[in-house]
Order: sequence, then structure tokens, then C-alpha cells
Amino acid sequence: MTGRPFSLDQTLNTLAAWLLALMWILPLVYAVWTAIHPGAYEARFVLTAPLTADNFIAAWNAAPFARYFLNTFLLVTLILAGQFLLCTLAAYAFARFTFPGRSILFTLVLLQLLVMPDILIVENYKTMRLLDLVDTIPAIALPYIASGFGIFLLRQTFLTIPRELDEAARIEGASVLGILWRVYIPLAKPTYLAYGLVSVSHHWNNFLWPLIVTNSEETRPVTVGLSIFSAIDSGIEWSVINAATLMTTAPLLIAFLLFQRQFVQSFMRAGIK
Amino acid sequence: MTSHRSVRFRRDWIHGWLLLLPAMVFLFAFTHIPAITTIINSFYSTPRGRREAKFLGLTNYERLLDDAVFWKVLGNNLWFALGTIPMSVALAIVMALWVNDKMAGRGFLRMAFFTPTVLPLIAVANIWLFFYTPGFGLIDQLTSSLFGWSSVNWLGDPATALNAVIVVTVWKEAGFFMIFYLAALQAIPVTLTEAARIEGASRWTIFWRITFPLMMPTTLFVSINAVINSFRLVDHIFILTDGGPDNASSLLLFYIYETAFRFWETGYGATLTVVLLLLLSLMAIGQFFLFDRRVHYK
Amino acid sequence: MKHTLLKAVATTALTFGTWASAHAVDLQFYFPVAVGGAAAETIQSLTDEYVAANPDVTIDAVYTGSYQDTVAKVITAARGGNPPQLSVILSVDMFTLIDEDLIMPFDDYLPGEEGKAWLDGFYPAFMENSQTGGKTYGIPFQRSTPVLYWNKEAFKDAGLDPETPPATWDEMVEYGQKLVKKDASGNVTRWGVRIPSSGFPYWLFQGLTTENDVILANADGNKTNFDDPKVVEALQYMVDLSGKYGVMAPGIIEWGATPKAFFEGQTAMMWTSTGNLTNVRTNAPFEFGVAMLPANKRRGAPTGGGNFYLLKGATDEQAQAAVDFVKWITAPQQSAKWTMATGYVAPRAETWETDTMKAYAADFPPVLVARDQLEHAVAELSTYQNQRVTSIFNDALAAAITGQKDPEAALKDAQSKADAILAEYR
Repeated sequence: MTGRPFSLDQTLNTLAAWLLALMWILPLVYAVWTAIHPGAYEARFVLTAPLTADNFIAAWNAAPFARYFLNTFLLVTLILAGQFLLCTLAAYAFARFTFPGRSILFTLVLLQLLVMPDILIVENYKTMRLLDLVDTIPAIALPYIASGFGIFLLRQTFLTIPRELDEAARIEGASVLGILWRVYIPLAKPTYLAYGLVSVSHHWNNFLWPLIVTNSEETRPVTVGLSIFSAIDSGIEWSVINAATLMTTAPLLIAFLLFQRQFVQSFMRAGIK
Repeated sequence: MTSHRSVRFRRDWIHGWLLLLPAMVFLFAFTHIPAITTIINSFYSTPRGRREAKFLGLTNYERLLDDAVFWKVLGNNLWFALGTIPMSVALAIVMALWVNDKMAGRGFLRMAFFTPTVLPLIAVANIWLFFYTPGFGLIDQLTSSLFGWSSVNWLGDPATALNAVIVVTVWKEAGFFMIFYLAALQAIPVTLTEAARIEGASRWTIFWRITFPLMMPTTLFVSINAVINSFRLVDHIFILTDGGPDNASSLLLFYIYETAFRFWETGYGATLTVVLLLLLSLMAIGQFFLFDRRVHYK
Repeated sequence: MKHTLLKAVATTALTFGTWASAHAVDLQFYFPVAVGGAAAETIQSLTDEYVAANPDVTIDAVYTGSYQDTVAKVITAARGGNPPQLSVILSVDMFTLIDEDLIMPFDDYLPGEEGKAWLDGFYPAFMENSQTGGKTYGIPFQRSTPVLYWNKEAFKDAGLDPETPPATWDEMVEYGQKLVKKDASGNVTRWGVRIPSSGFPYWLFQGLTTENDVILANADGNKTNFDDPKVVEALQYMVDLSGKYGVMAPGIIEWGATPKAFFEGQTAMMWTSTGNLTNVRTNAPFEFGVAMLPANKRRGAPTGGGNFYLLKGATDEQAQAAVDFVKWITAPQQSAKWTMATGYVAPRAETWETDTMKAYAADFPPVLVARDQLEHAVAELSTYQNQRVTSIFNDALAAAITGQKDPEAALKDAQSKADAILAEYR
């Protein structure tokens, strides 16, 4: 702000930005408010309201959130590992090899950008039943492991890498996979980071497919756990539900807030712009 | 063509296919084959108990045409797309411009805009439910104490229910899209905008003449995401309205879920899914056309 | 695989009769929970207690989430050839489960007079949803019914007798009009009554239809009476509560937010499940009362909740063991524990005669209201293709409540849609 003269335009913009930001953060503020105050203050906003940790204790005791959390963690790890592996190999094939059927196959990959597994819930459920995988964590993960978006993104990045680099590696005697490992993957790090962010935030929050394909505590991710926890016959207890929400999303929230600058930079370098 | 070259070529083929194999197996197993079996199953009845699925021809499609709920849900989904896509993209651009500017409290602003991305929609839907509750809900408390308005039943009135759902969706999406625009803005050379500024161009002109055109690829990418989300994001509906009142806030995917997993009518569910596939394919064709012309990815 | 193994075990057991009696019977039992944490723990501990006392049976009790998750899991497991032998599922899912060919009647395992006497020990209102075609497919377990809660302070404030709840529809309107409070600018700050209509409006609405002396579906589950003039009249009354009489907030009223609205004093009366008794008792910052739903042509209310079902695929030995377990867990001592932990209505009269229940009722008399109301209660709306038919009915109710259609047109429409679906089951 230094050195710039006062301008009405700038002031109005700042004001509007702050107003919008306050609106945007309001749900989180409300979640914190209800979580740390007794239930009677869910709809009463007085500064003298007593503080309490009871809601967190109640939520923790009411449902196996530690287990749900572990399930989500395993799920996201499995998906991310699978996506990185499969998408890298496929992107490398599209970027650097010529073979019959390449353009048709690439079109089929791009098709998945729009026809994503989320809408094929009926058939994918049947497939999982056929594979006897219903109510397992792999069943939640498998439909997402080959990602059209991931393949497309990595292919774009690999195409920008000069061919001279991989010729040089080839002359040094590196194998096909060796070149991928030593030349392409290191140079595509920002893309992996950016794609990882998108993927983690998507699958951490995913709800419909896990809701359908899981049935037990041992497999349910946090999202499904939260929905079951809040869908009971008696009334909604916002204080306890919000305490549970905060508990289960805090790690991701904190991680994203700490690293947001790096994320933006990785997006920039990855060329997702 | 020398024999050496053809060996190289054939090796390339094999390498290419092998590298592609694992990804294609999964893509076919969970996207392409299910898409095709969906189409096949849309011509069959739902198997129940001892009764096997039987071929019905176009019966499911005739039912679709007569299904008032289907048409309502389809209309809702188009309104939902119209309400969410332009709004969330426009807000994302504005947010990115603000956050990219040297504005007071920029760190806080960025955090505030970004938090919805990390909070699961299914969880925050409960919070929005409170905001929308007539009487003691936050919106009613604010409007009645500030302006003396009477209470509004946002989610319980067919006239406002879908729009209330749209607001939650925009809130959820805009911050996520902002990150992409932020990356795009930071990649625009400062010299470009500075030069324009020195020549006396207003911020408005700079934005429309320089910034916006340079962000075109991002806008395309973000719009694709927004289009997909407008058919995919139904999580909050489970909590907020359950599709009601009288299907006023139900969307296509939510209706598919209801049909297949609440009514256990997988046959008709497949027919509904075919419509969704058709809509998305139409959009895919449109998008590829745009991709090819405006952005040279190939 | 496991299935064939079980068969092999069963065959072996039959061949070596003496060995069979020494071998433990393995049972798997799915149960949902719809009222928070204590319920799941109670079922688990009751099951453990039974297994400890009966070493020849092992029971694997699996908590399967909500009712909807549970029925999904049972259908899935059965199609995969590995169903549990016993499960608690919504009583209204009976016809769906018969249609899916998943359940078998209890009668074969409840022989003679003794079996009949045991079945007769359940409240008839609960058995209506459990029997069809002369067979018993469900044993009532976690069952509830809606009641009226009223805020005594609000009654006092409005100049009404705080100890007298409305007994008829007319009284509910009359009291409601006195209870409605407006601020200086004419905005309502307290409504008279609140009948939630989100999600599954048919359930509470069925209170009104029963009071108007009409049944929504026949006992065979293949014919509905949605467009009966008495149903139309009941819906008109519900619509008028917000419109003509102005005692209820307009539009769809959220089920989940209803107790909170009651605690906040935004409504002086509410209709909701007995499953909320413990919640209201803990959280209401004022004195409250619990009453039967008000009468019109008669008293009336629906029942709700889940039954035990016996699943196909169980061997005779397993089925018998499962029935023995059901008999034990619905017996007075166990049933009393269950009712006190959850607020569900104990389904057998003898349970209410135990000392523990008597002491509990003396301490908290409102629990008796639900029991007394059972005498007037009817089966919850249940048909073949139940989810779809009720969903059609719900849409019609929502359309009328939000003023999109007039009650008669909405219900006529719903009836013709339901007829189209149910025709094949007649």
C-alpha cells in the first residue's frame, strides 16, 4: 500500500473483498462457535457464553471418528499412489511413443474428463459386487485410479520437456523406464504437487460413491461417517456435529493453510493456468 | 524405410501399449464398459427376487418421457448449471484479482476464500441448514434484527429451495477456482500491466484488454470443471432438502441415486444415467471443439 | 464359498447327531441405530450377555449404520449368497423384502399354542406391520410412535392451563391461535404448533389421517387410499394450520430443526417421535408436557421403527437359534433395559409390569403416554415398492403444503401413480 495515493476505487475494493471474505468464512466461524459452547448457545450469540470441550468429547465417544479418519487416510493414499503410477505411465506413452491407436485411445482418455465414474454409480456398484469388493476400501478407490484428468495433465507437462534430454539419457544407456524415472518425473514435480492437491481435496470430500459402496465402520470414510452421525431420528445437534466436523477436517485444513503459497506456485509452474 | 527403423517403430508400439495397459484396463473397467452396460441395461427391467431382468425394448424410455419428475429434475439441473457456472467463475476471478493485489489483509482474504475447498460439503451442509432455518436461523436473525424482515423459509419453499442450494454450491466452488486464476495471474508479466498503467489505461481497461484474454485457457479449464460439478455435486442436497419440496431442488444425479438405491429400480436408473451420459457427451463434443480452436494443446 | 461350507457343516451335523448338539450354532445379526450412541452399545452388551449364558450359540452382532444402510447391506449380502440369519430392518420394508424373496416367516419356528401365545403378547398396533397373508414376518423391537410435546410456560404466558394439552383438532387450532405471538412489526416470534414435513412428511401426516378415521393402505400392501375424501380433509386441515388458521409456520418444516425450535420457544407445541423424549428431557430449558396426538373423528397415530426379520438361507438349526435369541431379547428384563436406554416403546405389555419399568415410569411419566397411545395406533404406511410409493405420497403432501397444488388434486395424482405401480401386485 506504500506510496500509492488514496483512491476511492481501492478503498471500495478492499471493503468489498473483506465483506465477501467474512461471508465466506462465516460457516467455519459458526462451526467453531457451536463446537466450543454448550448446545443452548447454538442460536444465541452472546459473548458471555461459557466455553466447553464437552462437544468434542461427545462426538468422539458417539462415533468411531479415529477409524473413519484412518479409512479416509488409507483411501486417499491408495488413490493418489494408484493415480500417480498409472497416469505417469500412460502420459509417458502418449507424450513420447508413436503406436497404432494412439489418437483413439487418447480420445477415450479425454472422454473420462466428462464421463467420470461418479455418474456411473449403478453399474460400478454391480461390478464391485461381481468382484466381491463391496464394503472394502479398494472398492471406493478403484474407479478413480485411472484418471483422465491426471493423464491429460501429465502428458501436457511431459510434452514440454525437450527431447534432447531423453536422447542424452538414452545414449548413456538408460532404459525406457529409466528415462521416465530420471528425466521426466523429476521435471514434472510441480505438476504432481498440483494434481495431488486437486485429487486429495476431491477424494477427501467425496461422498456419494463411498456412501453407496460402504456399509461398515471398518471401511466408511469421514464424509459418510459424518452423514450417518448427523442423520438420526432425534433433532440435529449442531454443537456436536460441528465439533465432529472440525475434528475430522482440522488436519487437512491446517495443512492447506500452511502450504497454500507453495500450492499456488506449483499450479503456476505446472502450467494449470 | 530401413529395417533398423521399423524395428525401432515396432518396439515403440510395444512400449507404448505396455505403458498404457494398466491405465486403460482401469479406464475400461470403470468408465467405458459401465457406460456401455448402462445403455444396454436401460432396455431391461429391474431384476427382483426370483424374477430375472427381461428385455423391455423402449418401455423405460417411454416411461422417461412420461415421468414428470424427470422433466422437473432436468429443468432444475439446467437452472443449477446456469446459476452455478457463471457465478462461481466470475467470483473466482474477482477473488483472485483481489488476493493478487497488494490489499490489506491479503493473507486472511486468501485463507477465507479457500477454506470451503477443504471442508466436506456433506458436513458444511448442516451449517448452512442452520443459516437457512426460519426463525432462529442465522439469516433470519440477521434480517429481522437489521431490517425487521419477517422470517423466510428458504429451503421449505419451492420458489427459493433450489437457489439456496445454488448459493451453497457457489460458496463451495469459487475459492477452489480462485487458486487456478491466482496461478494464471502470477504468470502474467508485471511489465505488461505496468506499461498499460503508465499509458493511462484504467484498471477496467487493463482487465478486459490484457488480463482476461491472457487467462483464457484458465477460464476454459475452470469452466469444464464447473460444468462437471454442476452434474456431480449433489452431496449437500442430502442434508439441505433431500430434493424437496416436491422435487423442487432435486438434480439428475440425485434422482438417479434415489431411483437406483432407494427404490432399487436399477433398470430405470440406467435409463436416467443414459440421459446424463448423453448430456455430458454433447458437452464433451462442444468442449473438444473449443479446446482445438482456442487452446493448442496438441 | 462360506455358504457351501455352512451347508457342509450342517450336513455333517445331521449325520453325526450327537456331535451336532455339542457344536455351537453360528449366527450373524445386523442392526441399525437411529437414535445416537447408547443404542448400539446396549444391543452389543445384551448380545454378549446372551452368548455368555448360552455357550452353544455364537452371535456376531454387526452395527450397520442407518436403517437405509442396513437394508442395502442385507440385500447386497443376500445377492452375494451370504446373508445374515437375523436383521433389524424398518417394519415398512416387509413387502419389499418379501418381493425380493429375502425373508421367511417366523411361524414355523413358533409351534403350537405356546408360539401363538407369545405372538399375542405384542401390542396389536405393532403386529399390523409385521404380519401379512396370515404369516408373521417381523417381530417388533425398536418401535416408536409420534406424540405431542407442549411448552407449559408458553401455555401459561398465553393464559391457557399449562396442564391441559389440546385434545381435539379444534382445540389445537384454538390454543394455537392464543399461543401465536407477534413482535411490534407484526412478525411471528412464536408459532402455536409445529408438524415437521421435511424428508418423510407422510409419517406425521398419518397421525392426522388416522384421527380422521381412514387407513392409507390395505393390509396386503397392494392398494392405497390416497384420494379418499377423509385423507383430503386431513391434508386440508394441515394446510389450513399455516393458511387459514395461521398457527403454524408456512412451507416445509424441517424435521431435524424441530426440537431446537421448541427449545428456543419458537413453537409452543410440536409433533415428533417418542425417540426424542430423552433429548427434550435433557435440553428443554422449561417445563414441558407430553400428550397423545389430538383426536378428530377418533384418537390415532402411526407406529414406526424396526422389526426383527428372519432371512432366507439360514438352516433350520440357525433359524431356531435366532428365534430363541429374539424371544430372549424381547423378554421383559431385556426389553426394559432397551427402552430405558433408547426411548423406544417396549413392544410387549408384560415389560411394563416389571419393577424396573414401573420405577422408570414413576420417575418420568411421559413414557407412559406412548404406551397408552398404542391402543389407538395403526400400522405405518407400507406397501410393495414401499420407498417409491411413499415418495410419491411425500411429493404430493409437499406440493399441497407449499401451495403448488390443492390437496385434492395432489392426492388424486398420487393415487393414480401409486395404482400404476401396485397394479402388478394385485
